Amino acid sequence: MSVNENGEFRPLIVAFCCNWCSYAGADLAGSSRLSYPADVKIIRVPCSGRVNPMFILRAFERGADGVIICGCHPGDCHYSTGNYYARRRMTLLFSMLDYIGVENGRTRVEWCSAAEGAKFSKTMNEFCEKIASLGKNVRLGDLRCKD
Amino acid sequence: MQGLIDRLTALLNDGTVARVLGWKKGDMPYNPEPAIFNSAEELKDFVYDGFCGANLSKMMIEATKLEGKTAVCLKPCDTYSFNQLIREHRVNRDNAYIIGVGCRGKLDIEKIKKDAKGITEISGTELDGQEKVTIKTIYGDKEINYTDALLGRCHVCKGKEHMIADETWGESKDTADQERFEEVQKLEAMTAEERFEFFKNELSKCIRCNACRNVCPACSCRKCVFDNTKFDAQQKANVDSFEEKMFHIIRAFHVAGRCTDCGECSRVCPEGIPLHLFNRKFIKDIDKYYGEFQAGKDPEAQSPLTDFTFEDIEPGERG
Repeated sequence: MSVNENGEFRPLIVAFCCNWCSYAGADLAGSSRLSYPADVKIIRVPCSGRVNPMFILRAFERGADGVIICGCHPGDCHYSTGNYYARRRMTLLFSMLDYIGVENGRTRVEWCSAAEGAKFSKTMNEFCEKIASLGKNVRLGDLRCKD
Repeated sequence: MQGLIDRLTALLNDGTVARVLGWKKGDMPYNPEPAIFNSAEELKDFVYDGFCGANLSKMMIEATKLEGKTAVCLKPCDTYSFNQLIREHRVNRDNAYIIGVGCRGKLDIEKIKKDAKGITEISGTELDGQEKVTIKTIYGDKEINYTDALLGRCHVCKGKEHMIADETWGESKDTADQERFEEVQKLEAMTAEERFEFFKNELSKCIRCNACRNVCPACSCRKCVFDNTKFDAQQKANVDSFEEKMFHIIRAFHVAGRCTDCGECSRVCPEGIPLHLFNRKFIKDIDKYYGEFQAGKDPEAQSPLTDFTFEDIEPGERG
């Protein structure tokens, strides 16, 4: 989370993007001159199946206001099945976060191929707006160590 | 109980097994502890009563590495854990001789202690005991219904069938009188704020003693992620409320799809945190989204988290 010079809230968003589809999709968004907010910090992972639930919790612990995971469309995974496993894991994890009372909107999974630069930019814009409307991540970071 | 001891003695004497894994008398009448008996003489301390709630299947991981067979006493619910350990190749089935002991529900000493202080003796907790448990205290005698003092997990008993056993001893009773997911549903019906308060309140009691991890039959990794000193959730007191949540979410996640809902985590928690609520939530979700699944029922079954279908629901959707 940060506050800009106008005192406006800027969320900190961590995006885990798979190397083969979404990361390339982000590249395409850039080369197509499509904009998405600088609040999104992309972390490249080999596959959405690489995303350990711990990564998401740790991102929140270290101050993220929202976490989004982008991978290849089901069926298009570079490693054939990685995103299917990720889909099951994230379904359960998001349900658990909701269960302990953390807003469901702070986490999201989006499938985005290397040809979908426009979708990538649209998704990130939407997600940023959503997190900005939810405000500062109080629940997950209420007592976290401040820097 | 004598019948069981006689049978175990016979097994040791005729060389079928080299040792017995069971429970021995504790220093109080209500805290028997898991123990290994190497000879018929040692069996004089053997005990099996209503306080033998400990699930011995996890100890079989080490016991089956020893020379010769180990006889182990498993209650119906413990056999699910044992099956799950076979599934994960953590125990050597050939080195185990399983005696499926009967069970009529296990007792929660905390419930008894609520209105009986200074306990000196407890009787009537054996398998063939009465409906009433007699408690002798330094302030006089008390009586309590057996069913009123049951552990929380026994109210959602999975049934009296042993999933795996070489022989059985004693009659079992299905003690289920509550809906398994009732508590989870109650929480789900609350608002997000109420749920957050509830878990904050419960989990802030956590002292990170790791008893839940150490007792859990599904937590049997040789190297545990929480023992890593270069890791945020290493074994230490919690700095903030987030860390304790992280520990319990991650622990529940690691056993999701493998947890048999044996309820040991809640039983051993010194702070009385209802830890089974996390595991049961995952079980409920798995049942709902990926079809009913009971870990440990079938040692051949594929765990839902190591499996997938093309039509799985998308994360965040509410099916």
